[in-house]
Order: sequence, then structure tokens, then C-alpha cells
Amino acid sequence: MSTIVTLPDQQDARLPKLSYLNSEYGLKSWLLTGDHKRIAMLYLISITFFFFVGGAFAGLIRLELLTPLPDLVASDTYNKLFTMHGVIMIFLFLVPSVPATVGNFVIPIMVGAKDLAFPKINLLSWYLYVAGACFLVFALLNGGVDTGWTFTTPLSTHYLNTHVITAAMGVFIAGFSSIFTGLNFIVTIHRMRCPGMTWFRLPLFCWSHYAASILMVLGTPVLAITLVLVMLERTIGIGVFDPTKGGDPLLFQHLFWFYSHPAVYIMILPGMGVISEVISTFSRKRVFGYTAVAFSSVAIAVFGFFVWAHHMFIMGVSNYSALVFSLLTMLVAVPSAIKIFNWAATLYKGSITFETPMLYAFGFMGLFTIGGLTGVFLGSLGMDIHLTETYFIVAHFHFVMVGGMLMAYLSGVHFWWPKMTGRMYPESMSQLAAVTTFIGFILTFFPQFIVGYLGMPRRYHAYPPEFQVLNVLSTAGASVLGIGYLLPMLYMPWSLKYGKIAGSNPWQATGLEWQIQSPPLTENFVDIPIMDHEAYDYDWLAHKTEHEVTTVG
Amino acid sequence: MDSHAIATEHGEHELHDEEHPAYLRHHFVTVDQQRETASFGMWLFLLTEIMFFGGLFMAYLLYRNWYYDAFVAGSNTLGIALGTTNTAVLILSSFTMAMGVYSAEIRSRKGLLTSLSCTILLGLVFLGIKSVEYHEKYVEHHIPGASFSVEDFVHPSDKRDVPLAPDMAQHAQLFFFLYFAMTGMHALHMIIGISILFVLLYQAYHGAYMNGHTSTIDNFGLYWHFVDIVWIFLFPLLYLISRHPLK
Repeated sequence: MSTIVTLPDQQDARLPKLSYLNSEYGLKSWLLTGDHKRIAMLYLISITFFFFVGGAFAGLIRLELLTPLPDLVASDTYNKLFTMHGVIMIFLFLVPSVPATVGNFVIPIMVGAKDLAFPKINLLSWYLYVAGACFLVFALLNGGVDTGWTFTTPLSTHYLNTHVITAAMGVFIAGFSSIFTGLNFIVTIHRMRCPGMTWFRLPLFCWSHYAASILMVLGTPVLAITLVLVMLERTIGIGVFDPTKGGDPLLFQHLFWFYSHPAVYIMILPGMGVISEVISTFSRKRVFGYTAVAFSSVAIAVFGFFVWAHHMFIMGVSNYSALVFSLLTMLVAVPSAIKIFNWAATLYKGSITFETPMLYAFGFMGLFTIGGLTGVFLGSLGMDIHLTETYFIVAHFHFVMVGGMLMAYLSGVHFWWPKMTGRMYPESMSQLAAVTTFIGFILTFFPQFIVGYLGMPRRYHAYPPEFQVLNVLSTAGASVLGIGYLLPMLYMPWSLKYGKIAGSNPWQATGLEWQIQSPPLTENFVDIPIMDHEAYDYDWLAHKTEHEVTTVG
Repeated sequence: MDSHAIATEHGEHELHDEEHPAYLRHHFVTVDQQRETASFGMWLFLLTEIMFFGGLFMAYLLYRNWYYDAFVAGSNTLGIALGTTNTAVLILSSFTMAMGVYSAEIRSRKGLLTSLSCTILLGLVFLGIKSVEYHEKYVEHHIPGASFSVEDFVHPSDKRDVPLAPDMAQHAQLFFFLYFAMTGMHALHMIIGISILFVLLYQAYHGAYMNGHTSTIDNFGLYWHFVDIVWIFLFPLLYLISRHPLK
């Protein structure tokens, strides 16, 4: 049953005198900080920048596809556009999106710690991210790279004259940033929990980050060594992936997808954590089946490591291994479905309100379900032969990653914005943005399912005229989607100065992060808290606010 | 304690200092928590290292099965005496490192300095022998590339003078590439390890690690043993398992 909780009156709220934002001043105090909250802010700024760079490439791709003829950009340029779009969006936006910003900010507070386990390594991982990004920007400014984000051999090693090595180096370095973030989260969740914070009292956000961190820590090094081999193959011709020297290009595919399939779970699992928090908070109910949702994150992480060859069904892997990988792929749908059903059950009889984070979360649930189910289509052997390398797969991936993950990211940023900045974003404006994003998204990517099913291949900038109507719809949708993303860019900075003062717990949420002032002190807690209740215990919260006078500042 | 006077002067704070010594970072509650956290982080990092080397081991496994004859022929040209010596040197260096950890634990500055210096020395000996081996490969034209020579590769059968088929012999390049990649990656880890050892030695010389806070030494020890263990896998795979082919 949901608990009736009245939202606090924000007229009385005042900004605290001392917080992590004003404890020190100057650029140096930000660039050399060990504070997880400041590092989260550094990440927030940098990944937002790269999101718009990647988005600009997407815009150009859609603009080119407005007409069947290759009239806006040359073929080579188009190849570079979709490659840079993929590389930037995946390695510089999606992988660090929720973990490095929201996760970095709230995980230590959620577990009741003063910081992540290794603050300096946390800062190092931001610098590695920036260094990797610099390599990619350098590659971009010097003419780009056109291998596709997958660096497929022998195309990337023998047949292209673009900046493959620089780009691979960028991804290699950015990979270590992700390894260190994952390592930090795992150690923090194991060793830094406050007294009383048992594993099953952790917010589900921590569970899903824990699962994603396992994938980061175990998967990313394999990508690193694979990229080293690609760079060596290209520079000195070592032959490991070169068939003329006895090497096997398929080995590259195995090693690459051993990371890059789990990587999609690295991207989506933290998003699922956000959704658990948001759905619970805005239905004022404990997440239905807490244990099932917690373990389904771990199950996704475990299964996620044994499905990579479903990217290779048409590449000549044996029929028997294809069968096994197809079966395992379908198994991943089970823990994902467990999550969706449990969220739906959480909503049942909850006292639901429709604040912006909740709208984005609803968007996530619908779009992720469509994206996930079409993933089952692609996991079935027969269907995959027909659909792979078409726009169907593009639509599937974007439903999960943009419809799922980006919605979750925006949901999380809106949800924790009052905690991060101490001020509210403008509610009606952001609700408009959430709805615009949803409409724009459906219009952009739903036609791509149809056009892909009809046989339009991906990665070409020309297509038969009969596909034009669907492509025009898609491009129109992309413009709406672009507006949906630009709106937060305008009102979020605006709210820093003019937003209403949030107070410590504007949503009446139960996590430890909402029990401290917003924005928090540098050391988060004056005294280490003691966790004496379950996660999502709204009765405890109602009881607590009855008897306590909230002091701020 | 150096001076009794100072000790009594701060006597009142001493009990407090034991609970919150200077090396306890602000975000940890207890010294134990700090130590366990650091060691857990190190183990996790070593796990990522296993995955990192794993890609190369996977490639080795695959191509060894595909090009068995070439891999045996290539492996037979490696110098087993130098390889064995290096293995012994490295195991010895792990022992001296373990002694270093022990010395830090019993707060023996002299022991720590000696052990760390010995470890550095043995590490450098390993790299020296390794470079002699690399030089041999260069002289024998066994470095993959344009000047690669297949003359030395004989068929792995009883008749030692039968040369390998030309295309199979060319695949020995893959063996040598993997040899250089795996031992090179291992050597890189050694170089990084030795550099850190110099820093530790410098710090120990100036009196660090004598206050019971030995996390850094312990965790570096783990790293050094890990690099050792990688070699323990590399040595048989590259040098030994093809010595007595079954054919």
C-alpha cells in the first residue's frame, strides 16, 4: 500500500550557508578536487558537451537521409558521420552517462559514506575520460574515422586511410576511465556501507550499479587489449586479424563483442537503477519484489557475458554455437521482464504523481519494452538473418539506448537536480520537454522498424525512392527530438539562478541522500548515519517527519 | 618514541591518535576499513589485469590449435636455458618482495630497504636477460615482418631435419608475434612495477611504512606477485609444452 505523503512547502526552504558548491572557490579547487560530488559535476558538463556533438552528427545523418539521393554529403563523409556519431555517443556519452554523473554523486551518499572508496582514482578516471575524448576530438578535427564504431577488421586495419589509430587510442584510454569508475563503485558498495546498511537495505540504484560495475571491470580490459591488437595490426602488420597471414578476423569479432555486448548492459543497468528509484518515489510505495529486482540486475550482468556471439550469426560461426547463443540471448529477456513487471506492480495502487522524472520513467518503461522485445526478434536465428544490418537493428538499438537509457538519464538528472544544485527545475517546462522527447522519439525511430523490415540496409546514404516517406517521417521526428533535448539545456542552467529553492527532500523520497541538506556538505554527513529501516520505507519517512523539525544549513 | 619529553607532552592526545592516526583518510571510519578497502581494490584491479591478458591467451590458444606445427617449430627455437634462469630470477624476486612486506610489518626499516633493493635488482636482471633473448631473435631474423626468416623451423617430428611446409612456416610469424606481445606486455608490467619500487624505496629510505600503515607495500606486493604469476603461465606455454612433441 502506498503511504500518503504531503510534499513539503518550498516557500520556507532556504539554501544552506555551507555546501560542497561553496566550500572552496576557483578553477583549481574543481580540477583537483577529490569530492565525488564535484567530480560528478565535471562529468555532467563534459558528457553533456559530447552528447550535443554526437547529436549534431545524428542530425546531419538524418538530414542526408531526407532524400533518396546522396546529395548533402559525400559517401566518405557520411561514413565518418555515422562512425563519429556512434563512437562519441557510446564511449563518451552512454557508458559514463548515469554512472559517472548521477551514480558518482549519489552512490556514496546512498550507502552512507563520506566519499567513494578511492577519491583520487575517481578524479583520475575523469582525466582519463578527458584524455580519451581529446584523442577522439583530434581524430575528428583531422578528418575523422570511418570504420563504424565497431572498428571491424580487416576494414579498419587494411582498407582505410583515416585516423583509426588515434580514435582507437581515444577509446582505449576512455575505457580505463570506465574500469576505474566500476572498480570504485564495487569497492565502495562492499566496504563503505554505514552501520545497519545491509545488502538488502541498499537502494536498487546501488544494486544495478554494482551489476554494471562488474561488467565494466571484467569486460573493458578485453576491449582494451583488442584495440591494442588492432593498433599493432595497423602499424606493424602483426597478422593476428589478417587472413593473408593466417590470422582470423572472426577472432576480432569475438574479442570485440565480448566487451561490446556486455557494454549495452553497462549502459542500460544504471538507467534501470534510476527507474527503480523514480517509480518508487512517485508512487509512494516500496518497489514491488525488491529482492527479485535486485537479483535480476545481477542476472542480467551474468547472462550478459554469454550472449556476445548473437552479433555474429551471419558471420559464419557454427550452427551449434549459434543455437546456444540464441537460447542464451532469449534468457536475458527474463530478468529484464522481471524488472518491467515489478515496476508495473509497484505502480499498482500507488499514489502516483506525474512530475517530470516520472514522465521520463514512463517513457523508459514503454520504449524499453518495445526495444527489448524486438531484441528477442533479433536473437532468433531465422529472423536475424533477415533483419540484421538493416534499419530494424538501428531502431532496436535506439529504442533501448535512446528510448531507454537516455530517458532514464534525463529522468535521473531531473530527479536528483534539486539535490545536486539545491534548486528546482521549472516543472511545467520540463514536463513539456519530456512529452516532446517522447513524441519526437517515437516519430524518429518507429518508422525505422518498418523501413528496416522492408529491407533498407543501415550505413548507406542513398536508398530506393519507395522508402522516402518513412525516412522523411524519421527526419521530422529527429527535429522534434532535438528540440526536446535542447529544452533542458536552456532551463537547467536557468534554474541554477532562478529556480525555486528545493529544500532537503522536495520529493519526500526515502533514500539517505534525501535526508541531508541540498546541496550536501562536502563530507555529506556530519556524523556517519545508522540505517535502521528498509529501503523505500515510506512509513518510516512519514513517522520521521512527524517528530522531527528539519533544520537546514 | 625518540624523546620521552615529547611523548609526555602529547600524552593526552596519544590515545586519540591511535584511533585517528594521520594516515587515516577523512572518508574512512577505521584504519581496518581503510586497509581492507585498499586491498579489495587491488584484488579487483588484478582481476581486470587477468581479463586484459586473457585476450592474448585466447589468441594464443586459437592459433596454437590451428597452426600446431608452426607453433612447435617456433617454440623449439626459444632458448630454454635463459627462460629457465629468468623464471628462477622472477620467483626469487617474489620471495624478496614477500620479505619486504614482512619487514614493513615488523617495522624493520633496514629489512625493507634491503628487500626492495633486491627486488629491483632481480627485476632488472629479468629485463636484462629478456633483452638478450629479444636480441637473439633479432639476430636470427625471428621478429615478424619483412625480414622474417623461416630457415630455422624444422618439422616437429622425429626427423629433425625435415623443414616445415612454406605456408605453415610463415605462420610461425603468428607464434613470434604472440611471443613478443605476451612477453612484451609482461615486461611492460615489470617496468611499471620497477618504477613504483623505486618510489617505494625512496619513501622507505625517508622513513615511511614504519608506523604500521603498510597498505601500499602490501598491495604493491600483490601486484608484483601477479606479474610473477603471469610469467608462470607464459613460460610453459611459450617455452615448454612443445619441447617433446607427441608426434
